[in-house]
Amino acid sequence: MDIKAYIVLALTLFTIGIIGVLVRRNAIIIFMCVELMLNAVNLLLVAFSKMHAVSAAVKASPTYASDAQIFVFFIMIVAAAEVSVGLAIIVMLYRNTHSVDVNFLNRLKN
Amino acid sequence: MSNVLQIAWLIPILPLIGFIINGAGRNNLSKGVSGFIGSAVVFASFLLSIYVFIQVKNGHTDVLHYFNFINIESLKIAFDFKLDQLSSLFLLIITGVGFLIHVYSTSYMHEEPAKDFAKYFAFLNLFVFSMLLLVMGANYVIMFIGWEGVGLCSYLLIGYWFRNNDYTIAAKKAFIMNRIGDLGFLLAVFWLIAKVGTVSFDEVFSTVNLAKLTLTDKTGITLLLFIGATGKSAQIPLYTWLPDAMAGPTPVSALIHAATMVTAGIYMIARSNILYTMAPLTQGVIAIVGLATAVLAATIALKQNDIKKVLAYSTVSQLGIMFLGLGVGAYTGAVFHVMTHAFFKALLFLGAGSVIHAMSGEQDMRNMGGLKKHMNITHLTFLLGCLAIAGMPPFSGFFSKDEILAAAYANNPLLWGIGVITAMMTAFYMFRLYAMTFLGKFRGTHDQEHHLHESPFAMTFPLIILALLAVIGGWVGIPEVFMHGGHKLEAFLEPVFANTNEYVNAHHPHEHLSPSKEYILMGVSVAGALIALLYAWNKFSKYEKTELPSTGFAKLLENKWYVDEIYQSIIIQPLRSLSVFFNNVIEKKGIDGFVNGTGKAVNYGSRQLRWLQSGQVGAYVLLMVIGILVLFIIQLFL
Repeated sequence: MDIKAYIVLALTLFTIGIIGVLVRRNAIIIFMCVELMLNAVNLLLVAFSKMHAVSAAVKASPTYASDAQIFVFFIMIVAAAEVSVGLAIIVMLYRNTHSVDVNFLNRLKN
Repeated sequence: MSNVLQIAWLIPILPLIGFIINGAGRNNLSKGVSGFIGSAVVFASFLLSIYVFIQVKNGHTDVLHYFNFINIESLKIAFDFKLDQLSSLFLLIITGVGFLIHVYSTSYMHEEPAKDFAKYFAFLNLFVFSMLLLVMGANYVIMFIGWEGVGLCSYLLIGYWFRNNDYTIAAKKAFIMNRIGDLGFLLAVFWLIAKVGTVSFDEVFSTVNLAKLTLTDKTGITLLLFIGATGKSAQIPLYTWLPDAMAGPTPVSALIHAATMVTAGIYMIARSNILYTMAPLTQGVIAIVGLATAVLAATIALKQNDIKKVLAYSTVSQLGIMFLGLGVGAYTGAVFHVMTHAFFKALLFLGAGSVIHAMSGEQDMRNMGGLKKHMNITHLTFLLGCLAIAGMPPFSGFFSKDEILAAAYANNPLLWGIGVITAMMTAFYMFRLYAMTFLGKFRGTHDQEHHLHESPFAMTFPLIILALLAVIGGWVGIPEVFMHGGHKLEAFLEPVFANTNEYVNAHHPHEHLSPSKEYILMGVSVAGALIALLYAWNKFSKYEKTELPSTGFAKLLENKWYVDEIYQSIIIQPLRSLSVFFNNVIEKKGIDGFVNGTGKAVNYGSRQLRWLQSGQVGAYVLLMVIGILVLFIIQLFL
């Protein structure tokens, strides 16, 4: 399958993520958009890994085509840990302010 | 043998102690005590000076080493005192005349509050100390310490009545003019160090070191030293401070004009005589500057009406005569004139002080007259002083002035001619002063006339002593033609000028004037002075106050040739405009603008950039995205 399709998909996902972060005010949605961007990058990583694996030199390697997949699993695990921290912050935020609106979070100013 | 002179360090130290006691205790000491301390320390120095003088006369000259003042690599400047014929003679003049002035001051300054009185004596003592240091120093650096010291003290004493703004300005003027000269002195010392690596008199004047100096070096060094002397000894172009120095109390004027300060330049050149003899160009400059100063100051003195101003200009004029003597190589004559001048000028100033005292502070001669019958001692001593300065035989001024004029004739008859004219003017203005003050009838107010009185003993006593010296002081230097071996001073100073005499005899021996010629020269100068004297006596004993403003040449003289105004317009005004320019343009607009501009730019910039920190997370993210996009664009398309 052509690599371009993967790139377009990843780019689309990433752009949706960015726009979501920029335009939405709900912290949970922003959070989801961040995850979307992360996964867009993951997707791209796996796609490129697969593409490069086509070359003969890489096929000869004992760790054939598995580097990026494993790498992506690590990223997912770290992301899961990060999500738990992020969600915990959002929960605490909601408990304190009864709102998940990020524009409400400009209190550090002044 | 050095032991007999070892005690000499006490001579300058005693006045210093007096200065410290009077200065530190000025709030507690009564007038009697501070006056006594001030006079006693100088008297003790005087006694020691007599002792030193006698030892030197017996042949015990020495350089006393105390400690190393500066010690850098090969340059060693020792704190040494040199006691020889020249310095011991000056010690006598300084402490002797200085002591009389101190005694006089105890009475003259009696109306001052006790605190100022002690301060005054402290300054007087410091003045004497500085001058002694100047004279006793065995190298140019120690001399320079004293040299600066007298400059400082003159500033302090001229500005003694510092609440009067004019007096403060006069004091500043004296200090600044002296500083200009001092720079010349300092440069000469540096030049010496660079060329011969030593500043000690004995070493610099040794044959070995003199050989290291080229003619250019000698001319340069001597000219720079002479610039120093023009400042200190009030010669053209730096003489204008001396007449203004009249702002100080009258005894201070006497001290500055007679015993200390102005003689420093003469002393320094007499001390460096061999250097000057070897630099004929400098000698010519000195002779011309000296003579020009003598004539200029004498003409100004003709038309002054302030009793102290006349005396001030006469000092400038007499100093010019001394420099003429130095310039034509008559070192002994110049030193001799310093000595006799110290006597009669101190006498005249103290006499003038006595008159001013009697007139309750009046200094304008137009308001005096007829004081003869009120002040016997002052009148008589003043007359003797006038005769001495006018060069009447057998008073002291005759011998010293005649010696210089004879030497000038041997050098160039024209110098002699102008010198005689100066001497005539001297006789004229001195007797104008005398006649306007003491003869005729009283022209002051009724109150002043009622107040007229002879001064107390503490003031007349120094006058009497000085009058005696002014009469007989010249007899140590009777010319050869009158009496063989009569010039004792010349024989006494011979060792100091031995090098010079040797050099002169080896290079261009000047023929001795024949006795008949010398008689004629003397006769002409005395006759000229006598005519001027009698003319002035006749004219001004009948002086009447006129309100007519003087015109033409007289006005020019009355305004001192407008020299102060010329200096004001060609030096001070441009300098002032320049500093205004620097202040307004360079300083305020340039430097301040740059410094303040930096601050303002940062302040303004931060105020504008502050809006970026909105606190909105969305805005930050947006900026981040824009940044990333820009980076992408740069990466991909540029």
